[in-house]
Amino acid sequence: MSDVIKIKRGLDIRLTGKAELVFGQAEMPELFAVKPADFPGLVPKLAVKPGDKVKAGSVLFIDKYRTDIKFVSPVSGEVQVVNRGERRRILEVVVKSDNQNEAEDFGALEVTKATKEEVTEKLLSSGLWPFLRQRPYNVVANPTDAPKAIFISAFDSSPLAPDYDFIISGQEKEFKAGIKALNKLTEGGVHIGVNNEMASKPFISVEGATTHPFSGPHPAGNVGIQIHKVSPINKGDIYWTVQPQEVVSIGKLFLEGVYDASRIIAVTGSEVKKRSYVKTKVGAAITPYVNGNVEEGSLRYISGNVLIGTNVGKDGYLGSYDSQITVIPEGDDYEFMGWAAPGFGKFSVSKSFFSWLCTKKEYRLNANLNGGPRAIIVSGQYDKVLPMDILPEQLIKAILTEDIDKMEQLGIYEVAEEDLALCEFVCTSKLEVQSIIRQGIDLMIKEMS
Amino acid sequence: MKALRQYLDKIKPNFEKGGKFEKLHSTFDAFETLLFVSNKTSKSGVHIHDAIDSKRTMAVVVLALIPALLFGIWNTGLQHFLALGQADADFWQVVGYGALKVLPIVVVSYVVGLGIEFMFAQLRGHEVAEGFLVSGMLIPLVLPADIPLWMVAVATAFSVVIGKEVFGGTGMNIWNPALIARAFLFFAYPSKMSGDLIWVSGMSKGEGIVDGYSGATALGDAAVGKMAGLADGGVFDLWNSFIGIIPGSIGETSTLAILIGAVVLLVTGIGSWKIMLSAFAGGFVMALGFNAIGANELMNVPALHQLCLGGFAFGAVFMATDPVSGARTEKGKYIYGFLIGVFAIMIRVFNPAYPEGVMLAILLMNTFAPLIDHVIVQQNIKRRLKRVKVNA
Repeated sequence: MSDVIKIKRGLDIRLTGKAELVFGQAEMPELFAVKPADFPGLVPKLAVKPGDKVKAGSVLFIDKYRTDIKFVSPVSGEVQVVNRGERRRILEVVVKSDNQNEAEDFGALEVTKATKEEVTEKLLSSGLWPFLRQRPYNVVANPTDAPKAIFISAFDSSPLAPDYDFIISGQEKEFKAGIKALNKLTEGGVHIGVNNEMASKPFISVEGATTHPFSGPHPAGNVGIQIHKVSPINKGDIYWTVQPQEVVSIGKLFLEGVYDASRIIAVTGSEVKKRSYVKTKVGAAITPYVNGNVEEGSLRYISGNVLIGTNVGKDGYLGSYDSQITVIPEGDDYEFMGWAAPGFGKFSVSKSFFSWLCTKKEYRLNANLNGGPRAIIVSGQYDKVLPMDILPEQLIKAILTEDIDKMEQLGIYEVAEEDLALCEFVCTSKLEVQSIIRQGIDLMIKEMS
Repeated sequence: MKALRQYLDKIKPNFEKGGKFEKLHSTFDAFETLLFVSNKTSKSGVHIHDAIDSKRTMAVVVLALIPALLFGIWNTGLQHFLALGQADADFWQVVGYGALKVLPIVVVSYVVGLGIEFMFAQLRGHEVAEGFLVSGMLIPLVLPADIPLWMVAVATAFSVVIGKEVFGGTGMNIWNPALIARAFLFFAYPSKMSGDLIWVSGMSKGEGIVDGYSGATALGDAAVGKMAGLADGGVFDLWNSFIGIIPGSIGETSTLAILIGAVVLLVTGIGSWKIMLSAFAGGFVMALGFNAIGANELMNVPALHQLCLGGFAFGAVFMATDPVSGARTEKGKYIYGFLIGVFAIMIRVFNPAYPEGVMLAILLMNTFAPLIDHVIVQQNIKRRLKRVKVNA
């Protein structure tokens, strides 16, 4: 194990509503959906129509421009509906589960003897490929690339995040098999970022992986920050990233020859009554986990965490990359003279609210903007929560002016939306930082291809 | 509160598009959001936001200015009665006179400035930005008490329109709007902004002033070589300058009141400690340097005393720290603040025609702030390029 990498700049937002480390009882939902919007930049091409029978691992749609990248059904059953939005854009492909758990057989493979091409081929055909994402840009990896290394963050530092030590324990065998397979894909080896304050039992001393211990506040657990600290991305470099549960799925593919979409997710948030972990699958409807399990009032249902998750609504589906559901109050009401209140119950990085005196308190925050959008006024706010050698404000301005050279010079290759999510949280001017970063990334992809 | 909310909801449609008072939409919105934090929730990106907003930020700065304002009101009255030779005037007489002189200036500044802001917000279809809440308080505090109100109005209008709105409004301006107002008056109406007669209320009329009372500021005296007041026990000795019972612009005299404001800004984290600290450091170092040379009378003023005179403290605490017109990179803030301090003392010492160098130093550094940032940004870029070379 190498030296501890201390993250100094950042912020832990103390929210109330962490999940207890127990498994809750909930039925599997009937409906599952795969959403093209989970994969930025993807143009999907449908491979099924409503009424088609599918198994776990059957292709639902493919990437129109990289046709060997397939997106598959997490369960066996029948395609119920393809929901479309504006201009017939595909929003979600919904599969109704038959509870049979039938799966396509892709055949097990002894990884140690396999070549890179065989591993790639297996991941592509089984639909597990989209879980490999590349930096720069944080998009689905390109199968023909040779990444410098593969990075896995074994802990999530975001608010109310699930505990991967807990989730992966019991699945160590599959995890190890997954790491072996990933090692075939890169010459630079697999790197795992672990939390120095946690035991990280499933992750340390995994054969074929280097661990890097991190300490400090969020975003220490973001894989982008970890890459930046271990081996920053330069122009032309490509790194791949995977999440721990996805490594388990990859391991199962090589051990058993099936696409197993199982996930353990944390049901969290101040408005959830029984907060616990539940066993489910990628794309599951969240209804069984929240129905009758939430407080009264106008609520926001988020797949993922409060910083980078997606507002999916009460009847929405778990996102492909998410291991968490968060329910918070919507906060769509007016607050009398809220900006002038002493603010003991308000969370703020600035000490202009008296809540800074209570250092241990956990907050029940809602989705209110707490103010109107303004031009950028205050300076230095972003720098305090971005532990990278990057000037966030200048990068954002380069993106807004579509100055490609400047974006490149200021480090657009090193960031993804999630890395600057805290900048958006602290922003006095309520700038939509994450969507600006994505605009910049989209522009880079367009210009560079 | 419910009744008020219901009333607002009832009249709101009148101000929406197509409503009777459509043209007052921005104005309505400004008052509505002042009374109630909006019910808008996040649409993209993060689902929770920090409780701070632009209103809170500006309100904290205004709060930090209150000690200087209150002291200014009292001191305006005090200096007036001193000039009349009535040192025995009671507290309420003093405050009453000061309030009568100062509050109208504050009101004029706010009414004119906000009026123009509301108009521009409506034209642009924006929400009204809160920046002027601060500028509107800063402007009166950097003016002498006897300034005619119409000049306040003209200067405020000039600073809001030419200093800010032509660049795109709050957040886009190059120079500090309040200093633009002062600079405008200084160059357009020098007789009302400089000299010995304008700093004490009533002096310019000259009625009932006791014989031999000059009304000059410390720096005015020093510029013509009268150093007696600055010596220990003089009218402008270190203690009096620190407390602020000396003639000068309304809010600038009391270093003590300004420091109370500085504490508010620093504790809340709204003012940059980097700029404040380095501005004072720059001024102090420069003054020490001049002490060593000692070529003229002003060079010999002790460094600490220099920092308490004129608008130095006020400028360093409230003007230099304006994030919009100042340096925006963290390292750049040290350079920016330091040079403000250096230039303020340098102009003060070398050019007796402008004994007040702080305003010009800050405006100058406002102009150069983007250049300082550019240097810092280039350093970051170079580091990134170097990394590639090391790896290659």
